[in-house]
Amino acid sequence: MNTLHISGSPHVHTNDSVKKIMWTVVIALMPALLCSIYYFGINAVRVTLISVAACVFFEWFIQKFIYKGKTTIGDGSAVITGLLLAFNVPSNLHWAIIIVGALVAIGVSKMAFGGLGKNIFNPAIVGRVFLLISFPQQMTTWPKPITKMSEFMSLDATTGATPLAVIKSAMNKGEDVSALTSQLPDYMQLLLGDRGGSLGEVAAAAIILGGIILLARKVITWHIPVSFIGTVFVFATILHLANPQLYIAPSYHLLSGGLLLGAIFMATDMVTSPMSAWGKIIFGFGCGLLTICIRVWGSYPEGVSFAILLMNAVTPLINKGFKPKRFGEKVVV
Amino acid sequence: MGGIHPEENKFAHPIKLEDFLIPQQVVMFATQHLGAPSTVIVAKGDKVKVGQLIAKGEAFISANLHASCSGTVAKIDMVSDIAGLKKQAITITVEGDEWEESIDRTPDIVSDIKMEKNEIIACIKEKGIVGLGGACFPTHVKLMIPDGKKAQYCIINAAECEPYISIDNRIMIERGEELIIGACILRKALALNDVYIGVEHNKQEAIANLQQIATKYSGVHVVTLKTKYPQGAEKQLIKSITGREVPAGKLPIDVGCVVDNVSTALAVYEAVQKNKPLISNYMTYSGKSVANPKNYRVRLGTPLKDIIEANGGLAEDTEKVISGGPMMGKSISNINSYTIKGFSSLLQLNAKEAKRLEPQNCIRCARCVEACPMGLEPYLLSLLSKQNRLEDCEKEQIMSCIECGSCQFTCPSARPLLDYIRLGKNRTGGMIRARMQQNK
Repeated sequence: MNTLHISGSPHVHTNDSVKKIMWTVVIALMPALLCSIYYFGINAVRVTLISVAACVFFEWFIQKFIYKGKTTIGDGSAVITGLLLAFNVPSNLHWAIIIVGALVAIGVSKMAFGGLGKNIFNPAIVGRVFLLISFPQQMTTWPKPITKMSEFMSLDATTGATPLAVIKSAMNKGEDVSALTSQLPDYMQLLLGDRGGSLGEVAAAAIILGGIILLARKVITWHIPVSFIGTVFVFATILHLANPQLYIAPSYHLLSGGLLLGAIFMATDMVTSPMSAWGKIIFGFGCGLLTICIRVWGSYPEGVSFAILLMNAVTPLINKGFKPKRFGEKVVV
Repeated sequence: MGGIHPEENKFAHPIKLEDFLIPQQVVMFATQHLGAPSTVIVAKGDKVKVGQLIAKGEAFISANLHASCSGTVAKIDMVSDIAGLKKQAITITVEGDEWEESIDRTPDIVSDIKMEKNEIIACIKEKGIVGLGGACFPTHVKLMIPDGKKAQYCIINAAECEPYISIDNRIMIERGEELIIGACILRKALALNDVYIGVEHNKQEAIANLQQIATKYSGVHVVTLKTKYPQGAEKQLIKSITGREVPAGKLPIDVGCVVDNVSTALAVYEAVQKNKPLISNYMTYSGKSVANPKNYRVRLGTPLKDIIEANGGLAEDTEKVISGGPMMGKSISNINSYTIKGFSSLLQLNAKEAKRLEPQNCIRCARCVEACPMGLEPYLLSLLSKQNRLEDCEKEQIMSCIECGSCQFTCPSARPLLDYIRLGKNRTGGMIRARMQQNK
């Protein structure tokens, strides 16, 4: 005789799970990781391994010894935080600094709020911003991509400024930015990642490929990336058209710095972004607007991280203000 | 808006309708509809014929019940229904198959509708027809349009969007003409010239058959709908066919619509044209472990055990037995119960598909918000319900939830969203009713 179970409907369930979603994100990050290894050699592997291991360890440790509950490191979310944190730092960063960043990301930004799903701010960005403020020099010394295979295994690297930093310093000196073109990488280099910058942000094409994976697997929707990148593009274009000597062409804003990585992988973090379609569009718009303001008028050359954190803070408000359209609201005569 | 695509599993789609054998004993619950209970009018020892009135619906919203088999009334007592609740029931020991003489049992199709509007409604009431889509609301009440309202659309719900269930599909293929005449009777009862039959795109054979028959009848429109759950939910169906949205807290008639399902239209045909009361129900018997899925016509009051045993008993891996579809059906706790009006399917679900997973933290992925066909926020409603914040539940329109289960189906964290929303709806409804009482 069978034992029958009873419960409320529905009696069937989708095949999807948190675990599957998270590991899909990990897979989507792989193209960018491979590119960074190609450009920064063994150092990229070093930074990524330390960061991922530290994030997973801290999550396990806190769940086991502080929460004294079940550990859920298998769900892959700590791996994502570790990868994103690594992607947001220079490849020559000291190992101890990476571990501090991982502790802040997992310990402070995620576990202190109650773990997966409860955090307000994107853990990887909190870790990155903490490091940027605490170790400004180490965090803004960018290795140049390696040029010879012999440099692949080398832990030392020649350093140089990122494209955005070059533009910023010219702006601060009051120079004509339209004359900078010779100092900046060309579009092909930006797309393929042959430039200075954080580990995972250099190859625009690899990040876009990851974004396509996420969209196809329905892990993210188009709303945030499109409105984020679109807003940056529109405002950068307006500024550039108004004064090309003072403001760089919009394509540099799109392809350099962390915009694509931020818009596709970090602003779309489910936990810290709004729920409704319109809420997501507003969120992306706010991120874009803040990014361009910080890049153009702020003291940092890069503004994506700060922009996303600020918009994370207002996400609960956006959720309150932008509800989905209720069925039956349209008045019918 | 919203909606999901569960596995269709329509294994019974190509299986022809067949009559399930007449059982040795039938147990008929006296009240098989939504509304005031019916009064039993037979006594122990009475001889009854098929189609004889045995319980009378006296209130306005109530329904008659007719004997599904001929024989002797063995007892009238309290019997457990599929959920284990005790209800008054009439047990008939079956002897032969003797029908009331007035019932036309010939297979001839009668297409000429002789009755007038009011006669049709009276006949539907007399023959005990209720909505067979699941709610079992008395059909005659739906056809009596309240003052100040006006019916503009007569709609037949043939979406059959639930996985597994294939019975409406078979009726459309094998009893298409009778179904269309039934639809025409309903339209006449509403004094309308048109009737719309909404069928999901995955039932091509049924659509082709109905379209071909519809050429013989003017004003019968077969509308192909997108295959998407819950396409057959009343409000979503109305939206798909008319573009109108039933406002929160209102009924279809408030936007000029009356919706009846396929089995109901067929029952209306048999009642009005063949003088046959509602004595049987059409149902699918299916499941992943069911070797031969079936589409049956079953006499009301047939033991569920008979149906299961005739098909070799429950499979080893059966986790749940469901009455209705896997999305909105009820899991049966008592398989020693009996079929009733509107019993549209009996499904066996295995552990792999039906076992509840352990809930995890909400990751705020918003899939429930995207899936909700009513534009609600299930993650929020379930949280508010859990915290018993009923005023907030009301403000967030928890009462608009149609309990389709799309949110819970789609939740990657396997959270019991609808369980909490149902609870919250119940309590919020109680709060609203108490407030209305006070204001009186």
